[in-house]
Amino acid sequence: MTAAVLLLGLLTAIIATALSFASYRFAPDRTSAVERVNRLLPQTQCSQCGYPGCRPYAEAIVSGEAAINRCAPGGEAAILAIGQLLDQQPLPPDPAFGESKPAQVAAIAENICIGCAACLQACPVDAILGAPHHMHTIIASECTGCELCVASCPVDCISMEPK
Amino acid sequence: MTSPGSYNPQPPRPPWGIRPPPRKTESTRLPILTAPIPDQVVIPIQQCLDMTANAIVHPGQRVLTGEPIAQAVAQAESWAGPTVHASISGEIIAIEERPVPGPSPIAETCVVIHGDGRDERYPGYQDLGDPLQLEPERICELVAEGGIVGLGGALFSTAAKLRADKRIHALILNGAECEPYITCDEMLELENAETVLRGTRIMLRALGAPVAIIAVESEMPEDRVALNDAIEAAGDDDIHVAVVTAKYPAGGERQLIQMIMGQEVPEGGYPSDIGYVCHNVATAAAVADLFDRGRPLISRIVTLAGGGIETTRNVDARIGTRMGDLIESTVGYRIETTQLVMGGPMMGFLLPDDNLPVTKATNCLIVAEPGELSPPRPEMPCIRCSECSEVCPAQLLPQELLTAAKRKDMAALDELGLNACIECGCCDYVCPSHIPMTARFIAAKSNFREHHLAMETATRAQTRFENRQARLEQEARARDRELRDQVDELAESKPRIIDDLMARVKSRQDDT
Repeated sequence: MTAAVLLLGLLTAIIATALSFASYRFAPDRTSAVERVNRLLPQTQCSQCGYPGCRPYAEAIVSGEAAINRCAPGGEAAILAIGQLLDQQPLPPDPAFGESKPAQVAAIAENICIGCAACLQACPVDAILGAPHHMHTIIASECTGCELCVASCPVDCISMEPK
Repeated sequence: MTSPGSYNPQPPRPPWGIRPPPRKTESTRLPILTAPIPDQVVIPIQQCLDMTANAIVHPGQRVLTGEPIAQAVAQAESWAGPTVHASISGEIIAIEERPVPGPSPIAETCVVIHGDGRDERYPGYQDLGDPLQLEPERICELVAEGGIVGLGGALFSTAAKLRADKRIHALILNGAECEPYITCDEMLELENAETVLRGTRIMLRALGAPVAIIAVESEMPEDRVALNDAIEAAGDDDIHVAVVTAKYPAGGERQLIQMIMGQEVPEGGYPSDIGYVCHNVATAAAVADLFDRGRPLISRIVTLAGGGIETTRNVDARIGTRMGDLIESTVGYRIETTQLVMGGPMMGFLLPDDNLPVTKATNCLIVAEPGELSPPRPEMPCIRCSECSEVCPAQLLPQELLTAAKRKDMAALDELGLNACIECGCCDYVCPSHIPMTARFIAAKSNFREHHLAMETATRAQTRFENRQARLEQEARARDRELRDQVDELAESKPRIIDDLMARVKSRQDDT
């Protein structure tokens, strides 16, 4: 009787140690999951999803904090791809986080720009070139069309144009 | 593995490819006819692959035959792209959008010249000097100025291909016209073998290559004789003729190199990566004409074939001639209702009408009578017969590609080598289910390019975003540190300041 109890106790202890070691040693790599979700997002960095950029949103998706249907620029294609990767049921795009639009690029009306430099701070990918009291311009090849600069302009000189 | 530069003058019959009825005998019966000079030409200014050209003339201006009218700009390169020239002398009556021949009907900027019938020559290209004494770089410049592009139909800048920055073991002259109907290169080799050889020698000098190999098809025995005779007469021991089996698409650049040199051009690479450069024989002749006759590329040989015309033959047509006028003034329509195809029956495309200009890419016009071109037959399901993989000259698996293209599975398409597809149409030709595979592959290729472009842009945006995040963090940390330092300094100096003040107040009180 004692021997059996001891044996079982010992076995339990060994298995518990092995399991706890395994859960520590072979934990799922959260960073790589975030990285893979991030690769499926369009990298517009528009913050429409409520997170300050694509990577933060990817982190929120992986941690289960946010649904996979918040990315408006990615549209259905991104939702399907992320759903497939994470083995989640694809959802229709959530209209609360903006709607999918064709690719666009920002343009500064250079005769109106006052050189206030406010948009430089707003651009998430540093695609606006300028300095205080000098005219600014968009580096069109790097612009992701996120629209974040539009609201920052005090003289409304930034417009979005089809890419 | 063969050593660089060694070649097989009579390569064995390739396992891939197809043998459609050649239909070449008729158009080789008559000599090349120089078409009458048209009253009006419409010259598209975009006549070089991957380059944008700008018009350098204005409406109302008088131009001479061979005068530059547009200049292509090579992006990201310091040198100029091929020039476009007026093909007749006369007055420019318009520079406007006109429909141009292409797989899909589009309009592009064209220069419209109303001819004065005098065909006065522009003197700017006379006396370019002996090309065999010129510096290779100068030859390339002049070839671009002469408006010479790949006349096989690809319209790639010839100067760009001659400017090889790699060591070239051999220049391969492509005279293996493998598509049915087309005989413009065959007739050129037959009638102007010396011109082809002269151009070849100039190209060899530009490339710094030791040897040139002119590839002809096994069904062009007369061409082989003509070229060999010309080589013997000139005493060239660095130009040879190789005969490839008449099989479509043996005239593909990669296929030709694989057969003759026994080496494969890497996927996504260029022939120059393995030390070869491939030019069309007509391009070589155009180079010779530029230096020897002072004549830029203002005309080309076009095969006129098909059941819809009176005589089938090759004509030398000025660039910009209206196709309808060309046919009427040379061979004549036999019947009223015809279908017009530019290029061969395999890779050519149907044109909406004959109201389009001849361009530098117009190697052949098939004027088909009703029933001559097989109408698209209803597509049926794939029966997995694998005929398509047998004939594919790029050794792809078209059937697998097709399913991947339908799934839009970019990873699978990449793995199956979609971009190695040369769009030759062999798979369509043999498919017992009449599946239009090539069309699907062309569409998939453009999707693939778009996808890649989007991925690249996304990667760049991601890096820029991450760099910005890092910079902002660094700035915030620096600001923090500065603030803390100031606080520390203040905390340290505060007692002293107060002491100083107190001392001053005290001393003042003492004074009074």
